[in-house]
Amino acid sequence: MTSQFGRRKFLVYGSAALGTSLLMKACAAPPAEDTAAESPAAGSSPAAASGDTIKVGILHSLSGTMAISEKSVVDAEQLAIKEINAAGGVLGKQIQAVVEDGNSDWPTFAEKAAKLIDEDQVSVVFGCWTSASRKAVLPVFESKQHMLWYPVQYEGQECSQNIFYTGAAPNQQIEPSVDWLLENKGKEFFLVGSDYVFPRTANTIIKAQLAAKGGTTVGEDYLPLGNTEVTPIIAKIRQALPNGGVIYNTLNGDSNVAFFKQMQGAGLTADRYPVMSVSVAEEEVQAIGKEYLLGQFAAWNYFMTVETPANTKFVEAFKAEYGPDRVTNDPMEAAYIAVYLWKQAAEKAGSVDIPAVRTAAYGQTLDAPGGTVTMNPNHHLSKVVRIGEVRDDGLFGITFETDAAVDPIPWNQFVTETKGFSCDWTKTGVDDPGKFRL
Amino acid sequence: MITILDGLFNGISIGSILLLAALGLAIVFGLMGVINMAHGELMMLGAYTTYLVQNGFRALGDGWFEAYIFAALPMAFLVAALAGIVLERGVIRYLYGRPLETLLATWGVSLILQQFVRSVNWVIVIGLALFCLLFFGGMWLLRRRSDFERIRPIALAVLLPLSLAIAGIVGNSIGQARGLAVTQPWFGAQNVDVTAPAWLRGGIPLGAYQLSSVRIFILLLTTLCVAGVYFFLQKTPWGLRIRSVTQNRSMSACLGIPTQKVDALTFALGSGLAGIAGCAVSLLGSVGPNTGQNYIVNTFMVVVVGGVGKLVGTIVGAMAIGIAEYLIGSATFALVFAPLKPLADFFTTFGTTSMAKVLVFILIVAFLQFRPGGLFPQKGRTVDA
Repeated sequence: MTSQFGRRKFLVYGSAALGTSLLMKACAAPPAEDTAAESPAAGSSPAAASGDTIKVGILHSLSGTMAISEKSVVDAEQLAIKEINAAGGVLGKQIQAVVEDGNSDWPTFAEKAAKLIDEDQVSVVFGCWTSASRKAVLPVFESKQHMLWYPVQYEGQECSQNIFYTGAAPNQQIEPSVDWLLENKGKEFFLVGSDYVFPRTANTIIKAQLAAKGGTTVGEDYLPLGNTEVTPIIAKIRQALPNGGVIYNTLNGDSNVAFFKQMQGAGLTADRYPVMSVSVAEEEVQAIGKEYLLGQFAAWNYFMTVETPANTKFVEAFKAEYGPDRVTNDPMEAAYIAVYLWKQAAEKAGSVDIPAVRTAAYGQTLDAPGGTVTMNPNHHLSKVVRIGEVRDDGLFGITFETDAAVDPIPWNQFVTETKGFSCDWTKTGVDDPGKFRL
Repeated sequence: MITILDGLFNGISIGSILLLAALGLAIVFGLMGVINMAHGELMMLGAYTTYLVQNGFRALGDGWFEAYIFAALPMAFLVAALAGIVLERGVIRYLYGRPLETLLATWGVSLILQQFVRSVNWVIVIGLALFCLLFFGGMWLLRRRSDFERIRPIALAVLLPLSLAIAGIVGNSIGQARGLAVTQPWFGAQNVDVTAPAWLRGGIPLGAYQLSSVRIFILLLTTLCVAGVYFFLQKTPWGLRIRSVTQNRSMSACLGIPTQKVDALTFALGSGLAGIAGCAVSLLGSVGPNTGQNYIVNTFMVVVVGGVGKLVGTIVGAMAIGIAEYLIGSATFALVFAPLKPLADFFTTFGTTSMAKVLVFILIVAFLQFRPGGLFPQKGRTVDA
């Protein structure tokens, strides 16, 4: 075959391919402004704020395992950008998003982060979901002194000058929910989690908290990520809690589906074995099936059912943009407000210069869908904590919410290694404002 | 007593899932020797078919919903078998006897299928159908000409870009004209919800325990599938042909057996079984683009431990792995050996689900050192062939 591939054939195929590509190019619709992946800016001029647009990077997994969760976060971020552009943009300029796919692969995240910063010269990056991907891009953002807004609740124990965390720190999700369970549901806890850093750290915190507040941990077990065989765990729960008790669930992703389906099959129902989840939100309820989840609990800062004018507006805009059967959830809200907070900070700073925006971000407040939030000098948000119970319609009825916004504590005070440490990037006179002893 | 029964039931039910998932692979990999990395994605197609059938039956009304599973099983089999035939005719048949290329090609197919279910929408389906119609239809028409061989390269060079362009333009313009209604993905990157009928959601009480109905259902289904496969391979003419091609391809061809047809049929059978497995696991676990990935390693493990080429090996292997995983993972061993302190400590260490997996893998590696052929190695000349 290769020996027959002569000049004439090359010409035939080549011209045909060229013709087709020209034809398709000509007929293709002009790319939508906010999703266009721009060709790398030539030369060294900072293209980020030149001309009439400001470039921002969006870095999430659009393929691979994590696409399940990260796709809708991208939707929320693009909605925010679209709204801001419609209202006149930032500093009088339109925002142009450069979307990169991290492919659920952590080295790819680091690579794409460097690409966004160096080639596209974006002003800011919104992105990442898993702690592993954040840890992978962290050195990139620190070495290049750039800025990342991270929208997901996480295990804490980090406070980088180059990252703003708009999701919950552990004391804004896990600790209040454990308190609530102790008060309302029982003292005996069984901890179930996926086998990686977030559940293990979360469970360390929960165990310390239970020990301090008179609860007991009767058992804990971890499932490898993606594993769907939970029979041994259910057998253990039944052995450890023969008469019912609280199950604290930090499973992530697919394992949740298997866990709740098989719990019901084994007869462990919500009335005797209430489950508190920290990774099950509205989208997951849709995917698991509400029949399996009725009466179970979840702890978040935001639920779709929150009754604020800002939330009504957010939900309506989201449904209009992406379809009426779509739902909103906590990480999506956190991603949505991240864009708005960055916009406010840039406007206060009067430019998109990174150190100026960073300083301007401290103290920014926003009337977010989940209630008023404030950015603290430790780069985390003060926000309201809520507990929801799954209802018939697959959404959460809010059973508890804190009276005021809870201030974030990134360095955990229940863990011995970080007890007594704090973070404040406006503080001077300490070696490391990211982690110093009070 | 009930504790032991419950443990046994749990172990066997884990084993039966492994077996059901591995059964198709035992045929494709075991009998045909094809390393099919897309086996998990065929399961995923079965699971998505279940989702669609479920939605269809839900629309029909409550009474119908309870019975959807009986329609979903054959549908899942058919869809996966069809996909299997396309895969075999389109890709694998060019790669027989080249395991490395097969591995890479099928792995590529698995990635394509995963991304396909994420992004499939009306525009893609219409574009794809139009392309197939124009390209393959055109080639089919041209094939009737006597000088087809001569004009084939030119036909390819003209038809391929032309049908691509037309399909692309039509798809694009439909997408622009209709907007969200046609560009919205059918399934999206999210997991979809497959809810078992009410009669499969509960369980049968047994003292303080409860045997899950879904588990019992899957146990029965697995038994049925194994019996069906045995019957097909041992008692029907096509089964006989499959076995003879497996044992000696050239001799079978000499004796007039259509080996190409047999290959396609065998592959379709294996794929169809994957579809049934997909339907079954959708009742227990999640249905999403990655569903297949969660099972592929386990299924290969079962077939290799059991012995490539022997169905009975797959059965025993699946049960052994399932029971071992349960007994170690649920810390039953730690309880049994409680009087012996060091042994109990050892099993307590491995008494979590993720550590149990580690121990089971270690045991398998050790086992394969002593018996590289698996539990039931093939004997005789076919081994060398």
